[in-house]
Amino acid sequence: MSDHAAALAPGATGADENLSFHVSGEHHPENGTLLGFWLYLMSDCLVFACLFACYGVLGRSYAAGPSGADLFDLPTVAVNTSLLLLSSITYGFAVLEMQDNRRGATLAWLAVTGLLGAGFVGVELHEFGHLIHEGAGPQRSAFLSSFFTLVGTHGLHVSFGIVWLVTLMIQVARHGLIAANQRRLMCLSMFWHFLDVVWIGVFTFVYLMGVLP
Amino acid sequence: MLDQPDLTKLVFGRLTWEAIPIHEPILLTTFIVVALGGLGVLAALTYFRGWGPLWRDWVTSIDHKKIGVMYIVLGLVMLLRGLGDAIMMRAQQAISFGDTMGYLPPHHYDQIFTAHGVIMIFFVAMPLVTGLMNFVVPLQIGARDVAFPFLNNFSFWMTACGAGLVMISLFVGDFARTGWLAYPPLSGLAYSPDVGVDYYIWSLQVAGVGTMLSGVNLIATIVKMRAPGMGLMKMPIFTWTALCTNALIVVAFPVLTATLALLSLDRYVGTHFFTNDLGGNAMMYVNLIWIWGHPEVYILILPAFGVFSEVVATFCGKRLFGYASMVYASVVITILSYLVWLHHFFTMGSGASVNSFFGITTMIISIPTGAKIFNWLFTMYRGRIRFEVPMLWTLGFMVTFVIGGMTGVLLAVPPADFVLHNSLFLVAHFHNVIIGGVVFGLMAGITYWFPKAVGYRLDPFWGKCSFWFWLIGFYFAFMPLYVLGLMGITRRLSHFDDPSLQIWFQVAAFGAFLILLGVGSFLVQLVVSYRRRESLRDTTGDPWDGRTLEWSTASPPPLYNFAFTPQVHDNDAWHDMKQRGYVRPLDGFLPIHMPKNTAAGFVLAVLSTVCAFALIWQMWPLAAAAFATLMVATIVHTFNYERDYQIPVDEVNHTEGARTRLLADHV
Repeated sequence: MSDHAAALAPGATGADENLSFHVSGEHHPENGTLLGFWLYLMSDCLVFACLFACYGVLGRSYAAGPSGADLFDLPTVAVNTSLLLLSSITYGFAVLEMQDNRRGATLAWLAVTGLLGAGFVGVELHEFGHLIHEGAGPQRSAFLSSFFTLVGTHGLHVSFGIVWLVTLMIQVARHGLIAANQRRLMCLSMFWHFLDVVWIGVFTFVYLMGVLP
Repeated sequence: MLDQPDLTKLVFGRLTWEAIPIHEPILLTTFIVVALGGLGVLAALTYFRGWGPLWRDWVTSIDHKKIGVMYIVLGLVMLLRGLGDAIMMRAQQAISFGDTMGYLPPHHYDQIFTAHGVIMIFFVAMPLVTGLMNFVVPLQIGARDVAFPFLNNFSFWMTACGAGLVMISLFVGDFARTGWLAYPPLSGLAYSPDVGVDYYIWSLQVAGVGTMLSGVNLIATIVKMRAPGMGLMKMPIFTWTALCTNALIVVAFPVLTATLALLSLDRYVGTHFFTNDLGGNAMMYVNLIWIWGHPEVYILILPAFGVFSEVVATFCGKRLFGYASMVYASVVITILSYLVWLHHFFTMGSGASVNSFFGITTMIISIPTGAKIFNWLFTMYRGRIRFEVPMLWTLGFMVTFVIGGMTGVLLAVPPADFVLHNSLFLVAHFHNVIIGGVVFGLMAGITYWFPKAVGYRLDPFWGKCSFWFWLIGFYFAFMPLYVLGLMGITRRLSHFDDPSLQIWFQVAAFGAFLILLGVGSFLVQLVVSYRRRESLRDTTGDPWDGRTLEWSTASPPPLYNFAFTPQVHDNDAWHDMKQRGYVRPLDGFLPIHMPKNTAAGFVLAVLSTVCAFALIWQMWPLAAAAFATLMVATIVHTFNYERDYQIPVDEVNHTEGARTRLLADHV
């Protein structure tokens, strides 16, 4: 090794300029969880996009069966929509409490959110049961196939969200609002609001436009 | 009260002894060979006490390098299966003329062409591409692992389990007889009532989850974990193409998932998305599947373009020509790939305006691709070209792919497509771009990064044999299909009447045999290289005089990749470091924070597979139990907060000291 090179601190500098070629000390790259979860949500959004596209193409293929105007009961849907939108607000309150590091209040708001979500799923199941009982099940026509699949997929997402929410409540109760749990709560928050946005699409395109003649 | 037969049906669903094909000699022989081979591997593992290391160092490993290697092993194993299918088809078509019906009954032949397509795309090309990205990307950006190491392990096992389901279909029941995209109404319950399409659906669903998650993972890795100083426009081109590919994965694979889910609803629940009756619309499926399917081919080719960019720059000893245009070309291809899906079915009857739009967008893709070809040519211009094996693959690609690209532009002209649609011309075209582009790129990449992954180079003689067999074999196998396609011969036929066509199929079969020799040479190359590993050993970590960061660390790299995170000042970061007389640090190491291995990914993937198998055979109680267990296991996994550990500084000192001595011994 030449004297010139040996005179330099190994690795820290280049021979001709004072350039460092590595980070001395520990290097912590940024946490990618929230970005990764966003990407997942966008992919999920595309699943819904496909289902909306199917509904767009098949939504008037009644096969001589009932149409949306015959089937949809807007007051029920209004109740359902309010439950879900309210649950988004209460989740927002939970996040505010989390930022103030109040575990009890966070858990309380999460519980309210979960109950509202469960109410939403309950009303939806009731609606589905009613339709199937009337002979308007998913096998009746392409319109009903795409209706049940789009709305059902959303409902399935809310149900998984509730399971996740309960799991997270146990974890927050057990470990407190540690950094890992805060990150998880933020992911679920994005998930929950995302489902809200999707529901606004469902509400508009399926129910409101569906009752138009 | 349930009586006995009902209980059997409840537990085993549709699965009976009839499903085991003991009356089919070809399948039976294959099964015996596979079983003997499998037993041999199991016995060897037991004899050499390999179970513990296999479990600890590989199955539960969340090291991106090992996962990358496992992806590539999976891809190569499945390549043998897919190639076997190809040889069987070529042999059948070469002899099945006039009164001779060949040796494959139609229902078997139809499964073979379906399995060949599915396996080659999903379980050969995808694992090889994902494996290369997994191995190379973190090293190229100076990171110690991917953003979500556990997810990475889970993704791999989901892909492997999907491949496993396809393999099971060979011996338990049937595979689909629908062609690789399973168009309804043929794939619907009315025309495919058996388990074949269900195997197809569930193996792709299981593998698709893995692919989608690995796409999310690698995007987050590239966006968040680049070494300081590496701005987006300083990333190596392979990393750029990996970013584009993973963006495409994240926007394309959900469409596949949704489409297959709708098809399975049609089959399991009796809905009417794609049926002929009650308002269903089969063309909806064809549109949706190609909205996934066209980006898919760019998912495969873009990383291959990245490999060629790295290989050309390294083996010409020059900075890549037109770095910025290469990046923009990749991004433009990424976007355009989403706007061309309808060119797969111009004959749908969507009208002149729609067909013109999709024809023109398709033709426009050849512009950024052509720009890339010129960039590689200009990089070679006045370079000192070293004709090592990766460079040979690159040259073979540049000639072959241009031909495939031109036939692609021919097919993009809607009136021409009306004539050539569904013909062997199309089959020749896509093999031209997939073999000439993707496969050659993967072979170049595997040869190029092999010494980095394993620590010794591949034997060049057998590499050259493999290259020439593949290249010449490709032209023999597929040029006749262009001719036949222009004559109007359609694809997927197991028998022909016109004896004047036979000579073309015989030439094609000879070509397939040459490709078989090419794959054989590659396997020989692996064995020969292993036996000559001492003379082929890479002690420097930089066997090709490389330009990017992966060549700055040891071969194979230590668990933590880089003892210190690199600081980047130039596009060709490692070349820049060498130019400026960089001296490797010899002391001052610190403990390193790394993620712990876990069995969770493997367990979750196996549970998913059990659930999928039960759904295929309609064993409802087992499916429900497997799904419930899967949910519980996932939740239990989230209760594990202790996912990291520190590599003590003594161990880092030890590893880096060993490398210092190795470098000193081989000056």
